[in-house]
Amino acid sequence: MPEHGHKTPHLQEHLLNIPVPDYAPELRQLVFDYTLQLADTSLILGHRLSEWCGHGPILEQDLAMANIALDLIGETRSLYQYAATLEGKGRTEDDLAYLRSAVEYKNPLLVEQPNGDFGDTVMRQFLFDGFHYFLLKALKHSSDQGLSAIAAKSFKEASYHIKWSSEWVIRLGDGTEESKHRMEKAVGNLWMYSGELFMMTDTEKQLLEAGILPDYTSIKQQWDEHVAKVFSEATLEVPQQVYMQQGGKMGKHSEHLGYILTELQYLQRTYPGLEW
Amino acid sequence: MTQKEWPLWEVFIRSKQGLDHKHVGSLHAADAEMAIQNARDVYTRRMEGVSIWVVESKHVHASNPDDAEAFYDPANDKVYRHPTFYEVPAEIKNM
Repeated sequence: MPEHGHKTPHLQEHLLNIPVPDYAPELRQLVFDYTLQLADTSLILGHRLSEWCGHGPILEQDLAMANIALDLIGETRSLYQYAATLEGKGRTEDDLAYLRSAVEYKNPLLVEQPNGDFGDTVMRQFLFDGFHYFLLKALKHSSDQGLSAIAAKSFKEASYHIKWSSEWVIRLGDGTEESKHRMEKAVGNLWMYSGELFMMTDTEKQLLEAGILPDYTSIKQQWDEHVAKVFSEATLEVPQQVYMQQGGKMGKHSEHLGYILTELQYLQRTYPGLEW
Repeated sequence: MTQKEWPLWEVFIRSKQGLDHKHVGSLHAADAEMAIQNARDVYTRRMEGVSIWVVESKHVHASNPDDAEAFYDPANDKVYRHPTFYEVPAEIKNM
């Protein structure tokens, strides 16, 4: 319950005031594409987590997942707004979220995977959080002002997410026979989607050369160390030699994304231009 | 698993530096660390706090409402316990 005199923050406060960078058209297109890819990733994972709302195993974790979902959607909004500014063609954050088709979405396959049981959701979050956390940590120092401003804001949230998911992996992995079994199953279901996070697309490679993106090799190293440490505490084995699925970052998705977008975009597709 | 329900914890939040922690409610958690994280998620979503304490509810011992008369009524007619019989010097502003 808000205390007396406590102002409800207006949604527009999400808007970051970022000046439009003075890039050549090619570079601007690259930064636009990459910003969209990050936005799609946070949106789809945020949407997936929001599906837990009202279905969590206990009230406290129901809220925890809703909070993380809201953090991710907040980050999504900043990114889409920045992308819309970069593009400068009058499209808004809503147009970018609600009016693009599945092949135009560039999120990695991991984040569109179904929630499964709580163990699957925790594992999906854990695999993503490590990537997200170390990426944002590096992006805070990006030469691109928009990306660095958004990363600085979201990094604090990602620091909580990685703590949340790591502790749950340990608790469940090193828990009961049942919970351990389920976490092993979750690793089996999801590990194959973790590699794509670190495979650099052409866009990402060019942005690395332009000095805007960090090298994903170093992010992968930090991720490996973190995963090894948490898995060891969780008495889970780090899988070796798994064939990694990829495609999402190039717009080739699993069948799941279509269903997500159908639900996510329903209102705008059915009633174009509808407003609150 | 023999114990199905996680234990109950009481949550105390300090809303600002310099203020006291205040009881805000309770929640379920398996241990203290989870209780603090849950408290963060349940009770500080709207910037309510800068610090969290949790205490397992079983460690809180409460006075019995049946003792209310014996406990509190005797203080009723002891006005001399209130420091109201002094002139406060004008120089002292904040009292």
